[in-house]
Amino acid sequence: MISKRPININPLSIRMPMAALVSISHRLSGVAIFFLMPLLLYLFQQSMASEEAFNRLKVTLGQPWLLVLVWIFIASLVFHLLAGVRHLLMDLHLGESLKAGRWSAIITFSLFFVLLVGAAVCLYWWR
Amino acid sequence: MASRTGPRDWLIQRVTAVFMAFYVVGLVAYVFFNPGMNYQQWHTFMSQPWVQISTFILLVSIGFHGWVGMWTVATDYIKPTFLRLLFLGLFMALLFIYFAWGIKILWG
Repeated sequence: MISKRPININPLSIRMPMAALVSISHRLSGVAIFFLMPLLLYLFQQSMASEEAFNRLKVTLGQPWLLVLVWIFIASLVFHLLAGVRHLLMDLHLGESLKAGRWSAIITFSLFFVLLVGAAVCLYWWR
Repeated sequence: MASRTGPRDWLIQRVTAVFMAFYVVGLVAYVFFNPGMNYQQWHTFMSQPWVQISTFILLVSIGFHGWVGMWTVATDYIKPTFLRLLFLGLFMALLFIYFAWGIKILWG
């Protein structure tokens, strides 16, 4: 007989604990870094190629869409790094309890938002 | 990867992570405290032997760390073997390209 029990697989309807959000964001940011790596390599390349290339890069980086893309990369990197440190601390048995895990998750997000805003300010200031 | 290399992958992921963390934080700090560098200053800094060697280690680390990560993601989400191997092949190719490109920028 086919089961008629209700199934809910809509992730948006499920309340995730903070630690779960950190976890999936850590994975997502990692994948984002992987696919955005060519951008970073291109910036590095142009910055090292020659004085003309360097100055041209400075001008190109003034374009809003590129600044946004760089900011997205920075955001991914910063989050991945923060969540990664949280992972490493847990490997050292620091913050492994349920409560501590929730707190470190909150701290991770908080630090992330602070640094994210900071990065946006810096990018805008130096453009 | 896969069977019997779990602990080794775990360690590789951690060691590369720690190195990359120090590198990124260090580089960002340097740029932050030396705002408005021109080409000469930037190029001179990046061309110092210890910086070059650190960047080389970074490129290697990205390769290994990225591989372990993408392997984990592929294994979790791409269940059909042929499809998964296809994607893993693509990921590996990309990581090799990233590494080669990085080396070229550094010493090409």
